[in-house]
Amino acid sequence: MKHLTIAAMLIGALALSACDRNSRFGDDAATAGMGAGGIVPGSPSDPTSPAYFQQTIGDRVLFAVDQSTLSAEAQDVLAKQAAWLMENPEYSAIVEGHADEQGTREYNLALGARRASAVQSYLIDRGVAPNRLRTVSYGKERPLAICSDESCYSQNRRAVTVLTAGAGTS
Amino acid sequence: MMKLIRILTMALAMFGLVQTASHAQPLRIVIDEGVIEPLPIALPTFVAAGGEAAQYAAEITRVIAADLTGTGLFREIPASAHISSVTSFDAPVAYADWKAINAQALVIGAVEMAGGGNLVIKFRLFDVFSGAALGEGLQFSGTVAGWRRIAHKVADVVYSRITGEGGYFDSRVVFVSEEGPKNARQKRLAIMDYDGANVQFLTDSSALVLAPRFSPSGDRVLYTSYESGRPQIYVLDVASVSRVALNTSGGNMTFAPRFSPDGQSVVFSLEQGGNTDVYTVGLDGSGMRRLTDAPSIETAPSFSPDGSRIVFESDRSGTQQLYVMPASGGEATRISFGPGRYGTPVWSPRGDLIAFTKQNAGRFHIGVMRTDGSEERLLTASFLDEGPTWSPNGRVIMFTRESQGEAGAPALYSVDISGRNLRRVATPSAASDPAWGPLQN
Repeated sequence: MKHLTIAAMLIGALALSACDRNSRFGDDAATAGMGAGGIVPGSPSDPTSPAYFQQTIGDRVLFAVDQSTLSAEAQDVLAKQAAWLMENPEYSAIVEGHADEQGTREYNLALGARRASAVQSYLIDRGVAPNRLRTVSYGKERPLAICSDESCYSQNRRAVTVLTAGAGTS
Repeated sequence: MMKLIRILTMALAMFGLVQTASHAQPLRIVIDEGVIEPLPIALPTFVAAGGEAAQYAAEITRVIAADLTGTGLFREIPASAHISSVTSFDAPVAYADWKAINAQALVIGAVEMAGGGNLVIKFRLFDVFSGAALGEGLQFSGTVAGWRRIAHKVADVVYSRITGEGGYFDSRVVFVSEEGPKNARQKRLAIMDYDGANVQFLTDSSALVLAPRFSPSGDRVLYTSYESGRPQIYVLDVASVSRVALNTSGGNMTFAPRFSPDGQSVVFSLEQGGNTDVYTVGLDGSGMRRLTDAPSIETAPSFSPDGSRIVFESDRSGTQQLYVMPASGGEATRISFGPGRYGTPVWSPRGDLIAFTKQNAGRFHIGVMRTDGSEERLLTASFLDEGPTWSPNGRVIMFTRESQGEAGAPALYSVDISGRNLRRVATPSAASDPAWGPLQN
């Protein structure tokens, strides 16, 4: 029964992402070319819904220039993400690491991987099973905010925990 | 593929100048760091045998002129200033007429249609002031469809004879063609002639692709694609446009590949648990070896042309800097010490220089330094310049320049290694990550 609900929500999500190109989840599965997963709706006030994970807890953490260190604020978000993932074992997640455009392509890919890995390690330390978490780096290839100043760069230096359906792989 | 047949003697490998005693200044451009006054050259439209040949003759002459003037080393004397008109390939050269308009070099050529859809081009290069031919006349033939390549071959010979260096016009560039908004860019691999002509796409835009690199012979291309959902290196066969994943055993992120000089192995970066290091592997997936082992980011490796060393970037000192290590790994020596940070080093095909991307004080630069890090010179400056690639003769660098802001987009530019002659390379849409291939055969 629950799986049907998730399936219905995923279908809804695909429809939503198709018509809402300016979604603030600009790094969703469709634009990132990740296949299944991505935006899942539901009510942000329903603690079991992916929308709650994305919006109420927050699906992303931000980083300082060139850094992959988790700030106290980031750790707070990730602790809640970990708790949610443990409460909702029917989801897994892909942690996407991103960088701002002020850097060379290769370095930013490596930096995005560092950031994704920092988040993954934190979530595992908080009890999430490693087989439910994967990482991918997008470097500077998928900016969320597209201006060329710090107001955008600070949003782009991020790691986003993207929920996927399924209990993980071994 | 077009097959070029050289019919007349090509004793031009390292061609000596034809000089006469009366000529004080030989027809020669010495490419160095000084400011060069472009050499005046006359390129009367090649003589055509018949109406169909006339159209090719005009276009071929224009491509040769564009190649030569595009170097910044030559200035074409417009046809409207010519006194003599050339109506026969074999007629004696009216040196006085060319001297009168100050043409120092003169190219006379002829085009005729051969059977089987082929063209034949012959040409001669003259040193006007010494009143003598510069090298022997040459003849090239090739398919009609490949007429631009024949023109580039002619221009390469003219360039070589006058500069004493190898040419670079009959070469191709593989790059990433980009479309769409900045936050949802569609990217596909494309290949074109060095001057932007004959663009062909090698992949579709269903998966993000990054940073293609030619094999030494130009038959294959390494690149990074997200088609499996994560960055992975692929090997593409240019002729058949078929690709296979490079076997690096495991599901880790792999990127920043480059061929070894013998084309048999690949040096690249592999990420594991957030840490990126440099590895090599055979093109067939055999003999994978880790060359660096540090908790810092080690990436963007590039072989020296003799295959003995590898230059790469690392932030082990706290910021991105350039290091050189033996090709088998081992101790690395830092070579970059100026202000700012350095990335994407590329060893020149001549072996004498390393080109790099530099970030300093909010600006990006393309620069070159000697292989020990000395004599650093910055060639460009902009909001974002990155990813240098060398022309086959090591005299010109092509790179990506990205403009600023919400409508910002990348384009390809070239600059010569003295920092002169910055030019945009024409592409059908936004473009990034050029890789310059070898001179074609």
